[in-house]
Amino acid sequence: MTHAAVKPAPAKAAKKPKQELSEGKRAERKLGLLLCAPAALVMIAVTGWPVIYSIWLSMQRYDLRFPNQSEFVFLDNYITVLGSGYWWDAFGLTMLITVVSVILELVLGMCLALIMHRTIVGRGLVRTVSLIPYGIVTVVAAFSWRYAWDDKTGYLSDLVSAGALTDKTAAFFTVVLAEVWKTTPFMALLLMAGLALVPDDLLKAASMDGAGPWQRFTKVMVPVMKPAILVALLFRTLDAFRIFDNLFVLTPGTSSVSIQTYNNLIKGLNLGIGSTMSVLIFITVAIIAFVFIKVFGTAAPGSDPGGKR
Amino acid sequence: MMAEIVLDKVTKRYPDGALAVSEADFTIADGEFVILVGPSGCGKSTTLNMIAGLEDISDGELRIDGQRVNEKAPKDRDIAMVFQSYALYPHMSVRENMAFPLRLAKVDDKIVRQKVEQAAATLDLTQHLDRKPGNLSGGQRQRVAMGRAIVRSPKAFLMDEPLSNLDAKLRVQMRTSLSKLQKQLGTTTVYVTHDQTEAMTLGDRVVVLRGGIVQQIGSPQFLYEQPANLFVAGFIGSPSMNFLPATLADNEVNSPIGKFALTDRIRALVEKAGASREVILGIRPEHFEDAHLLDDSAKAGGATFAATVDVLESMGSDKYAYFTVEGDQATSQELEELAADSGSADVPDSGSQVVTRLSAASDARQGESLDVWFDADKVLLFDPSNGKNLTYAG
Ligand SMILES: Nc1ncnc2c1ncn2[C@@H]1O[C@H](COP(=O)(O)OP(=O)(O)OP(=O)(O)O)[C@@H](O)[C@H]1O
Ligand SMILES: [Mg+2]
Repeated sequence: MTHAAVKPAPAKAAKKPKQELSEGKRAERKLGLLLCAPAALVMIAVTGWPVIYSIWLSMQRYDLRFPNQSEFVFLDNYITVLGSGYWWDAFGLTMLITVVSVILELVLGMCLALIMHRTIVGRGLVRTVSLIPYGIVTVVAAFSWRYAWDDKTGYLSDLVSAGALTDKTAAFFTVVLAEVWKTTPFMALLLMAGLALVPDDLLKAASMDGAGPWQRFTKVMVPVMKPAILVALLFRTLDAFRIFDNLFVLTPGTSSVSIQTYNNLIKGLNLGIGSTMSVLIFITVAIIAFVFIKVFGTAAPGSDPGGKR
Repeated sequence: MMAEIVLDKVTKRYPDGALAVSEADFTIADGEFVILVGPSGCGKSTTLNMIAGLEDISDGELRIDGQRVNEKAPKDRDIAMVFQSYALYPHMSVRENMAFPLRLAKVDDKIVRQKVEQAAATLDLTQHLDRKPGNLSGGQRQRVAMGRAIVRSPKAFLMDEPLSNLDAKLRVQMRTSLSKLQKQLGTTTVYVTHDQTEAMTLGDRVVVLRGGIVQQIGSPQFLYEQPANLFVAGFIGSPSMNFLPATLADNEVNSPIGKFALTDRIRALVEKAGASREVILGIRPEHFEDAHLLDDSAKAGGATFAATVDVLESMGSDKYAYFTVEGDQATSQELEELAADSGSADVPDSGSQVVTRLSAASDARQGESLDVWFDADKVLLFDPSNGKNLTYAG
């Protein structure tokens, strides 16, 4: 009798594996969801709603200086923005700053991570010191860079003949330098977490197999810590693409996409065009994230395919 | 390829001052299979890593093929190593893992392919070549690690507990195939283990280490029969040798298992060694027998005692009978260390336990008294102060 009662269960479980949760498990899951709900609701309210609202705004002609002329224009704003040379100039500059600074950060961050990983004496001190730039508020850091490189009063401006903040190329590099200086520690920190994933035995095995230091780095270390590298790159790219503070303080007048959005939205009071731009930034960021995750196979932090090993 | 490895008073002192290996001094002949064995922390891995070049040598000289290699990087020593963790490259297929040393050596693609396939065939890995190590079983990973070592035909193999992550059955299986493979290839091999069974079954010669100091070097059989000291005697053999406190007077041994006369052979050895009065008596379990199974002439060469069987384990082929005999336990620093290593340090015991291996025909019964005979010519006597074997024939 008991046999008959027990037998069908495995068959059912095999068909619908998701249903085999026991009652206790289900109750637990329900409680979990309930406990998460308030936080989730707040999150949706503060992140989801603004996103939806700005998409809504981006489809309106809505200029606070001419409130009477507001009307629904569907994609007209997008056509205006995407057809404008200013937008594409800003987009190109932002991309350039992003790519150059992220590459520099990766290289320097890797060096710093390797140093921090290998330091034996004063490990804590080395780590703390190298993290200081990241701990400084960006605007404050940007001002300190401005005072350093200012054409007339800057104490470092004599080092370069062209105005570090006025000459176009020089200013570009000053901004990149400020960005790199500021965020390399963050990169290094993420990469150091990745370095910890490379077992010592693997490197020993590689040196036994005949690999020199550089080969050990490129053929064993980098591939093994690739997930961490990609996550670091993803974070930094998304962050760098939204560059604002440094440009705003160091080189007023040049514009990244974020600054242009700010100019339209806050200075120009043009809610329609400004929202369109921020939606475009949102889409670009989403595409970058998508490319990283789908094309390079970045594991989203938390989901861990390496765990099966 | 000739590869003789010579350790000439090799010493390792870690930067924190820990002396891990002290004046290791031995020669590993070409094609020989040498085992480094000893309890945890005795310096086995350190010794191996110094041969590999993964650890610097603090003092002494390491020679491979007569050439000093102290300063050479691992990659210039032409030695392959198999790690306990296998250390397979997780991002490479089995094929690429095995090909890695050859690729680094810039070997021609065709030859790489051929060598990898050959090694895979030897190790029965052919159908797994295109899989990732993460998807393999423990035994398969172990074989891939072996494969990576053998593809480039190095001068020597170094193995650090390569089987200890496998379950018991697979370990026995891999042990046999490892032994076969080594004979087939004839490559000099240094193998680290803390498992004395592996040491006994695999090696041509065994090096027993304790606290960074080499205790004895010799063939497994020799170490078993002629241990140089208490430590080796207790470490080699399973179940291990019984140790009892005893006194020596007028060529008679007075021990918890009775009084008996030394045989002429042992007397000569003891006199040469200059024994003290207090000794530790060592007898292996198989040198006991159920007295009822022996006729008088057979019993003549030994002594008999009576004791109650505490536990009887019947193994089919033989029976293990455990006794407790009166008197103190034999004590010495070595025995304490051995007990600590085997995890039996704090078994509260009044009297000492004696393990005996009896013939299956014995009708010994648990809880009943039994007359037990032992072979007086097989006993070993040790000096309790320094652990030296007083009956060591050399
Ligand atoms: N990097 C290190 N720094 C300082 N001391 C070390 C270091 N590595 C090992 N030791 C010490 O050297 C001694 C020998 O270590 P080793 O790893 O060679 O032991 P082992 O015989 O391989 O032991 P096990 O069987 O546990 O692997 C130990 O006492 C250990 O504490
Ligand atoms: Mg070890």
